[in-house]
Amino acid sequence: MKKIIITIFIVGFNITGFAQDLESILAQETVNETTIVSATFKGTRLLNGHSVETRKKETFEFLISHRFGRINSGTYDLFGLDQSNIRFGFEYALSDNFTVALGRNSFEKTFDGYLKYRLLQQKKGEESFPFSVTLFGSATEKTLKDYAPENKPTFANRLTYTSQLLIARKFNSNFSFQFSPTYIHFNTVKKSIDSNDIFALGFGGRMKVSNRISINGEYYYTINPFESLTTKNSLGLGIDIETGGHVFQLIFTNSRSMIEKGFITETTGDFFKGDIHFGFNVSRAF
Amino acid sequence: MKTLFTLILTLLLISQVKSQDKFLTKTGFVSFFSHSLVEDIKAENNQGLSIIDTKTGEIVVQLLMRSFMFEKALMQEHFNENYIESDKYPKATFKGKILNFNKNVTEDSILEIEGILFIHGKEKEIKIKIKGEFKKNSNELILSGDFMVEVADFDIKIPTIVVNNIAKIVKVSFEFHHTPYK
Repeated sequence: MKKIIITIFIVGFNITGFAQDLESILAQETVNETTIVSATFKGTRLLNGHSVETRKKETFEFLISHRFGRINSGTYDLFGLDQSNIRFGFEYALSDNFTVALGRNSFEKTFDGYLKYRLLQQKKGEESFPFSVTLFGSATEKTLKDYAPENKPTFANRLTYTSQLLIARKFNSNFSFQFSPTYIHFNTVKKSIDSNDIFALGFGGRMKVSNRISINGEYYYTINPFESLTTKNSLGLGIDIETGGHVFQLIFTNSRSMIEKGFITETTGDFFKGDIHFGFNVSRAF
Repeated sequence: MKTLFTLILTLLLISQVKSQDKFLTKTGFVSFFSHSLVEDIKAENNQGLSIIDTKTGEIVVQLLMRSFMFEKALMQEHFNENYIESDKYPKATFKGKILNFNKNVTEDSILEIEGILFIHGKEKEIKIKIKGEFKKNSNELILSGDFMVEVADFDIKIPTIVVNNIAKIVKVSFEFHHTPYK
């Protein structure tokens, strides 16, 4: 009797073995792959400043940015629309992680070039990693002739360098946050009381409101602002709209310049007193 | 006692034979193709997971949407972020049954397959004809074919601005080389 019971038990056990359903086998066979968290932000710019994003290898991106005059300038200047600054940028991705770019900003007739390197990427799965890190370095040359002819500065005198560590995390598909410690070095400053080295901390984020639209905010806190100039911290609020190969960014900011050294260290507008510049970034990736 | 052992051994052997009923692949090929006047969009996935029970003809296929590779990186990003929403719906699944299955299918045997396709959180019943072949020498069970999927059936929204770039009906092709599952 005992034998029979054991036999039945073993037979039964084997049968349940057979009956293991296909889906649970597939679940077993599914490898918990590590995937890179992509699209922390839609564009390579949060608003004024850079986001952790870089374009994929061999992508050529043409970027046009505008900042109009101050909205509180009233009807005479059509709320700032009569004045406009423009920056053209040509940005090329040498690899998925490395972008080089050249640009020119009409504000102070400034040329800029930058290198951007994606150091670490947020990952989930087996080898997860909590955030992305991108390194950013730029050099700018101001060519505005704002000097007396006899005091013509040298090329080196007109250079400014920006280094940024961009750290961002995509918390979920709707919300991403970025922290951007920044160091800016001026080869020359206007007054001797001004420091050549300015440090700032950037904070920014985006909240998606639909698959193609997000609301962005960005704030740069300057730790040691210029002494000779009454500067304000840069604040920007905006909307990203993505359509196919374009990203449109509509921006409201108290900064006029579209390059780091300008908007981080030389912003004079007070956002809450209405010194707001409307602007946009339009990018086209090829 | 000896009989019992023999019996158990036999049963174990039988179960070994039985487990050969299931065939699996982890490298199934699935691609889709969207043709429009503006552009053609193509993506390939070489990590399709498929299992078939040759006793019953039941089949389950699973695909990770993030494993689809596109020619242009931006297309891939848009596919994952805007259309298929891979964070919310990471997988596409097919659960079905081959109606006229037998293991003696040879080259170009036409099989009829019926089941439910899950994509983007939506499901749809489909019934298609596919090719099946069992290669005795390599012990491989190959299923291949293609079928059309209507994008709107799966609640995938295409904004008006790119409506001319993306086909309303997308062609899906697949080829699975199953080997015995141990």
